[in-house]
Amino acid sequence: MQPVEATKASFDQEVLQADKLVIVDFWAEWCGPCRMVAPVLDEIASENADSIKIVKVNVDHEQQLAMDYSVTSIPFLGVFQGGKLVKQMVGARPKAAIMDEIRDLLPAS
Amino acid sequence: MREVIIIGSGPAGYTAAIYAARAALNPLMIASSVEPGGELMKTTEVENYPGFPNGLMGPDLMASFQEQAERFGTEIMFEDVTEVDLTGDIKIVKTGNGETYEAKTVILSTGAAYRELGVPREKELSGHGVSWCATCDGFFFREKVIAVIGGGDSAMEEANFLTKFASKVYVIHRRDSLKASEIMQKRSFDNEKIEFIWNSAITELKGSPKLDGVVLEDTVTGEKRDLAIEGLFVAIGSDPRVDLIENQVEISKERFIKVDGRTSKTSLPGVFAAGDVIDPTYRQAITAAGSGCVAALDAEHYLSSK
Repeated sequence: MQPVEATKASFDQEVLQADKLVIVDFWAEWCGPCRMVAPVLDEIASENADSIKIVKVNVDHEQQLAMDYSVTSIPFLGVFQGGKLVKQMVGARPKAAIMDEIRDLLPAS
Repeated sequence: MREVIIIGSGPAGYTAAIYAARAALNPLMIASSVEPGGELMKTTEVENYPGFPNGLMGPDLMASFQEQAERFGTEIMFEDVTEVDLTGDIKIVKTGNGETYEAKTVILSTGAAYRELGVPREKELSGHGVSWCATCDGFFFREKVIAVIGGGDSAMEEANFLTKFASKVYVIHRRDSLKASEIMQKRSFDNEKIEFIWNSAITELKGSPKLDGVVLEDTVTGEKRDLAIEGLFVAIGSDPRVDLIENQVEISKERFIKVDGRTSKTSLPGVFAAGDVIDPTYRQAITAAGSGCVAALDAEHYLSSK
């Protein structure tokens, strides 16, 4: 599944009510590292369609959501499970590093 | 088997690539998956790179480097090196996507990584007030009071850039004078939104879930005081990235790769190093580029004399 764009209005349904592990990517057009990490997240989304959902939040359009989660650096990857923020990563990082951070949150395969 | 693999994609790596490609060595550059372009990708205005009299943005400069390297046939892989074996005649380089590459020579231009403050709760508050990238995060601090810690050119660059957003920017520095260039010092002193706090170090970060202040310690008297800020930008320098190779090539006490005199030759034949990873002194884009050129010429000479 390809990443989904979320707004303040759809965040509850797309993220908090989701039945999979959700990685929320807080990003902006003008943020270089955000552009670097975007294709990495696309890959994670397509390779883990059963277990991981990627949701994008554009901080230019959704400032309130960024404030709700006290986000002051992007890219900011918030990992949500069962409606709760369980892990956070700041800055662009390679796929392997992201997967290492969330491995123990995924269902055993 | 490749003639040359270049690890890293800052000014040193790209310049090595341009020279190696023009020498028909078909270089492979392993540029990193998420940090290609190196430190300049996080820089705003670059005013001291010759050839650009009006200055330009760091990411634009790096895009030009890349274009020039590719024009002459450099192959660029946006992957991360996970393991190397440089000790033999054939150099082996493994990447994060599980590939293994072999080459007769390797140029190490892995640069330097931003230094952390080393105070408690730094990790917890990073992304919640503590930041390393003014261009990425300035936006979040509109009309807020924030601070930059550091005394070099990059600290001044960030402080001036951040005044476009913040209502006030403190510059916290552990000494009573700056290492930054005269022009950047003057610009910072003249900027009404910037206030300097001298002889001070940060010992504590306060606030939850967001930063709302720091505890400063006077580096002369030891006296402590609180400073209310909502953002802290860390620009206290960087450390050479040598983790991959430190058990194979010789490293100095300060953890830079050792090279032979004015050359780029490391302690291993066929392994060359360039840029910030060998430079404890100058660490400029232009010196890195110059040293990347040296590495490519050294590699070319090594290959032709084999």
